[in-house]
Amino acid sequence: MSDLPGTTRRSFLITTATAGAALLLRIDARGDDALLAPSAFVEIGQDGVVTVWITRSEMGQGVRTSLPMLVAEELDAEWTAVRIRQAPLDAKYGQQRTGGSLSIRELWEPLRQAGATARAMLVMAAAMEWNIPAERLGTGNGVVFGPRGRRKPYGELVAAAARLPVPATVALKNPDQFRLIGSSKRGLDGPDIVTGRSRYGLDVRVPGMLYATFVRCPVLGGKLRRFDAATARSIPGVRHVIPIDGTGLSWLLQWSHGVAVVAESTWSALRARESLIIEWDEGANAALDQEKIESGLRERADQEGLLVRNDGLIDAAGTKTVKADYVVPYLAHAPLEPMNCVVSVEPQRCRVWAPLQLPAGARAIAARATGLDPSMIEVEITLIGGGFGRRLYADYVGEAALISKAAGAPVQLLWTRQDDMRHGFYRPISHHRMEASLEKNRVRTWRHRITGPSRRTVTGPAAEKPEESETYAAIEMPYEVAGVAVEFNHVYVPIPCGPWRSVAYSQTGFIIESFIDELARAAGADPIAFRLEHLKRKPFLGNDGEQTIDPARMRRVLQLAVAKAGRPRKGHAHGVAVTMDHGSAVAHVAEVAVSERRLRVRRFVTAIDCGSVVNPDHVHAQVEGGIVFGLSAALKGRITIRGGRVEQGTYADYDVLRMREMPAIEVHIVPSRELPGGVGEPPVPGVAPAVANAVFAATGRRLRTLPLRLE
Amino acid sequence: MLPARVQINGAAVDAPAHDTPLLWFLRDGLGLLGTKFGCGVGVCGACTVHVDGQAARACMLDVRDLIGRSVLTIEGLSSDGSHPVQRAWLDEDVAQCGYCQPAQIMAAAALLRRKPRPRDRDIDEAMSDIICRCGTYQRIRRAIHRAAALSRR
Repeated sequence: MSDLPGTTRRSFLITTATAGAALLLRIDARGDDALLAPSAFVEIGQDGVVTVWITRSEMGQGVRTSLPMLVAEELDAEWTAVRIRQAPLDAKYGQQRTGGSLSIRELWEPLRQAGATARAMLVMAAAMEWNIPAERLGTGNGVVFGPRGRRKPYGELVAAAARLPVPATVALKNPDQFRLIGSSKRGLDGPDIVTGRSRYGLDVRVPGMLYATFVRCPVLGGKLRRFDAATARSIPGVRHVIPIDGTGLSWLLQWSHGVAVVAESTWSALRARESLIIEWDEGANAALDQEKIESGLRERADQEGLLVRNDGLIDAAGTKTVKADYVVPYLAHAPLEPMNCVVSVEPQRCRVWAPLQLPAGARAIAARATGLDPSMIEVEITLIGGGFGRRLYADYVGEAALISKAAGAPVQLLWTRQDDMRHGFYRPISHHRMEASLEKNRVRTWRHRITGPSRRTVTGPAAEKPEESETYAAIEMPYEVAGVAVEFNHVYVPIPCGPWRSVAYSQTGFIIESFIDELARAAGADPIAFRLEHLKRKPFLGNDGEQTIDPARMRRVLQLAVAKAGRPRKGHAHGVAVTMDHGSAVAHVAEVAVSERRLRVRRFVTAIDCGSVVNPDHVHAQVEGGIVFGLSAALKGRITIRGGRVEQGTYADYDVLRMREMPAIEVHIVPSRELPGGVGEPPVPGVAPAVANAVFAATGRRLRTLPLRLE
Repeated sequence: MLPARVQINGAAVDAPAHDTPLLWFLRDGLGLLGTKFGCGVGVCGACTVHVDGQAARACMLDVRDLIGRSVLTIEGLSSDGSHPVQRAWLDEDVAQCGYCQPAQIMAAAALLRRKPRPRDRDIDEAMSDIICRCGTYQRIRRAIHRAAALSRR
């Protein structure tokens, strides 16, 4: 029985069934098998409760509901018997990063395997007890049933099943057999959320905890020179005012040079902060201004860049050329829950409770900050009040570890809204020079020159291969064109950058989908027909060598969205965009009204092909949310730099979409049996170009700069 | 002198000795963590509670200005999530990350007290000061209409 690999499920089940009686006696003698836990992901108790360990972070994308659905499906568990627990950082769970719209894609198989494995063991336990071959037994709603009305709830089989060897291989269901996958389930956290009981990073409370705030130099890269904390220390509740320097510890902490206030309440800490007198050494970045950054990009865009894709033929231009420059700005993530965490540095260990997208990064940075071995860093992941890529970087954990160590107490570090807005890792600014030629109303050549900083700027002027992080989405340009060239001009700007929901596609989607629209107009063609005509390539692998871009799937979503949208209402105009990234194709039809120089987005009709769908209503929710996120950026988002400082501080000057600006959104999912694609990011890139193309349809004006402004 | 007390979720609570925003008094002082910090300057609405039945921003109110008045937080809206707005929120599966939802629910409940049958325009007016960065506005709107219908039953 120990030599299971290679054994088929069927032969394993039969062999075990014949050995049943003897095994049963042993189980009865022990009687301490409270749990069936054949893998790290799932435990079944004798009460029948199925506990699924959630190994991705929940930031609104619904993983705490969709991931247990995968387990429960193959387990044939009763959905109401499923409980969830957030897994702490632990190697036994495998990787725990949440990003890249990967959660379902990465866990689609492993979690179904975990469910199927537990199910096989429960069935085997029943087979032995009833002395009936396992293949004659069935399961459903948390019960094993057999011939002549025999039935046994899972809980009653747990003890016996727990003593069985874990089968090495199990068969997974055919999609025809899915009962849970593909049916909409409400978010399991909903009841806690609507009663205010759900707990985010800022809601962590541990015994002896103090509250900290940390003042960094407003000029990015500036350093603390001296400070006067006399008044701050006199404020009731203030325990410590401490200089903190993280700059030598990690590249993520190179801006973490300043003064921490530690107090008995958040309000004492914030009041004391206001009374600090700090002198900064602002450093070289104090001369950095938005105009200078933008003109620097413009000038550099005249030069030829590093050629990262060249199909040849690029000089064999067609008869008609079209040129255009596009510019997209720096953007902040601006999650509603600002950066924060609780860290307790103790002599032989360090405990972290934090909203994190990359818990392993929190462990690494806490180890650097405390000098402890990474094995002594314990990391718990809380619910996240918005991530969008920002919480892949755990700089705040490093800061809190330094503060906790200095204060000798657990601390909760709260970044104010202004801290969050002004010390982010921004979506980089970029300039895009486009040049294409047409021949017989088809695109013949396409040149895309990207000029700007790298989103890996955090690592300094020598960011490794900046072209890699900035050009892959342009290289994946899906339209069939005889010659494509993509170039990159790297301009170092010392503003920290990082991944932002949909990453490089967030920029390139706007450029490609606007420019193809321009080309259609230049060719005198209908923009939808023109796209369909050029979406004829065979499926090809994306630049990462893993994700497929399938123009046929793009055609299908475009046709579906256009059919569902119908014709624009009177006084309105439609614009379309179609993109494919993170394994999913999305088409948007934006309906806008332009009057008195005012742009109103009234309606979005969207089709998504994200392969197999686990929880359809949550796919709808993610698409709705992705559109709102994309609209905030398309209509409003712009981070600007003045004197080396980020000018914006709150939602008063970095506004996001509000209820009164909300369009009606209709989402259509393409039925599919393909492997699941991502859902969190793919709806975002096409939003801005769909709106810009609609503005063109309404007014004849081509808006090539984000955010879209009519003035 | 009468004791300086504030009614919070129906209980009389001693106000702190010095100026403290209601938000931090609720969270750090009373452990009522359902009211969230989003900006601290009254522009995001994440800390929306009721004061004497009206929606108000807890970050902008000094507790000592509330003496003798009545504050309701998400924890006090119902003991078991049975308020029509909470039920409607679950029926529409509104929440994504959920961080802003206690505030959205409090604002919606205040709106429905004033306008039991709100029109979309009323919803725009009452709800546009509360940011949902996940973008759940469409479901919030549906849930408010549903809650209005539930309340009428």
